[in-house]
Amino acid sequence: MNLTLKVWRQKDAKDPGRFETYPAANILPDMSFLEMLDVVNERLIEEGREPIACDSDCREGICGTCSLVIDGRPHGGHHGTTVCQLHMRHFQDGQTITIEPWRARAFPILRDLVCDRTALDRIIQAGGFVSVNTGGAPDGNALPVSKTDADLSMDAAACIGCGACVAACKNASAMLFVSAKVSHLGLLPQGQPERERRVLNMVKTMDEAGFGNCTVLGSCEAVCPKEVSLSFIARMNRDYGWAILRGNPRRQTGAGGAG
Amino acid sequence: MELANRLWRSSLGKKYLMALSGCALFLFVVGHMIGNLQVFLGPEALNRYAHFLQSTPEILWPARLGLLALVTLHVVTAIRLWAENRAARPVAYSTYTPIEASYASRTMVVSGVIVAAFIVFHLLHFTLQKPVGLNLSGQDFAQLHDAHQRHDVFRMVVVGFQQAPVSIFYIAAVGLLCLHLRHGLQAWFQSLGLRNEAWRRPIDTLAWVAAAVVFLGNSSIPVGILLGFGKDMVK
Repeated sequence: MNLTLKVWRQKDAKDPGRFETYPAANILPDMSFLEMLDVVNERLIEEGREPIACDSDCREGICGTCSLVIDGRPHGGHHGTTVCQLHMRHFQDGQTITIEPWRARAFPILRDLVCDRTALDRIIQAGGFVSVNTGGAPDGNALPVSKTDADLSMDAAACIGCGACVAACKNASAMLFVSAKVSHLGLLPQGQPERERRVLNMVKTMDEAGFGNCTVLGSCEAVCPKEVSLSFIARMNRDYGWAILRGNPRRQTGAGGAG
Repeated sequence: MELANRLWRSSLGKKYLMALSGCALFLFVVGHMIGNLQVFLGPEALNRYAHFLQSTPEILWPARLGLLALVTLHVVTAIRLWAENRAARPVAYSTYTPIEASYASRTMVVSGVIVAAFIVFHLLHFTLQKPVGLNLSGQDFAQLHDAHQRHDVFRMVVVGFQQAPVSIFYIAAVGLLCLHLRHGLQAWFQSLGLRNEAWRRPIDTLAWVAAAVVFLGNSSIPVGILLGFGKDMVK
């Protein structure tokens, strides 16, 4: 296959950036998209030119590191697929392919196709955990969890935090990501003690990071490589609503705890 | 206070405000439509109903001020959300493909602005009845009275909608309102967290049906009058 790549090149965060065109000759249809980029980069290096910087790690669709917008579609727009699992057989010989980074204010571009997704990490730090006392591991099935809740929680936990939801959203909203993280723990008994605090803190951190708001478009769900459902956003909205309606009980009593 | 602060400032809080004000305005639209459909029962029914609404300022003014407050809240919150959403992506994609997002969902701001402009026209046309030239019929709507010395709303509506450009504008505006409702209603359930995978499709269908009913109900009045309804009753 012979292709033409229109790639976003940006030297660093301050550089305004521009598109550059590269030929991608003799590409095998069985290559993954990233392998195709590797081939192009090797040729660029041989010519003494700067290779195209892009993120990748596991290359088996489970780590959430790769992050390319291909012809306007995050991860290339194939259902339930990350870029590393996208193969060149889905493209046509002679085609021109436009490759861009995730674009959002909360994801500043560091170089070429690499953006800084620390904002998602900060959201996790704000509440994407359960606090447990150390001690012996509990017996299996000592905590009953219904099959429905376990399945739903697992669906939410499938989120690999790649940020394609933000990239696809017209408003660059991170709500699908945040709702998956809120729901994953909020559905399990271990997540209950911190359930309200978790949703309040994670939403607060999300807002501060400069993501947009959900307008229920559904683009996020359509591009999500792990097919996380839009319904988790409704679940997060419900959790947040209850949490702000109940307020902070400690503040109401004015007490500083039992001590 | 914390509740008000979270409602006003947080992203999710703003969506609750949009959903709640939008829902209240939707209920008004339905009530307004049912009241107006009495035009098809003839002059007596409509004029009696209009007189009933107009003659009790203790109900009329709280309702008007309440609606004004709801519209203001809906519009102000929409502008804040819109500004935040625009700021969230300072550099646009060179190729933007709307994925999955429906036409209605992508044009909420446009349909909202046009509907707001229509509401201003509608209030000048039938509520304030000023400026007189606006209604294109050459008659002063404020001077129309029936045999009981009540304001002749029936005649005003029939004469008003006999003007084709006015009717066409009304029908187009109601069409846009229903496009807005078609997305707004299902987003309302989503924003308040009242939707899950099981209820997703029924709610989507419900939004379609409700929007279609509002469109057919409201547009039936100008369409009916353009087709000749009421012509013999206002001679």
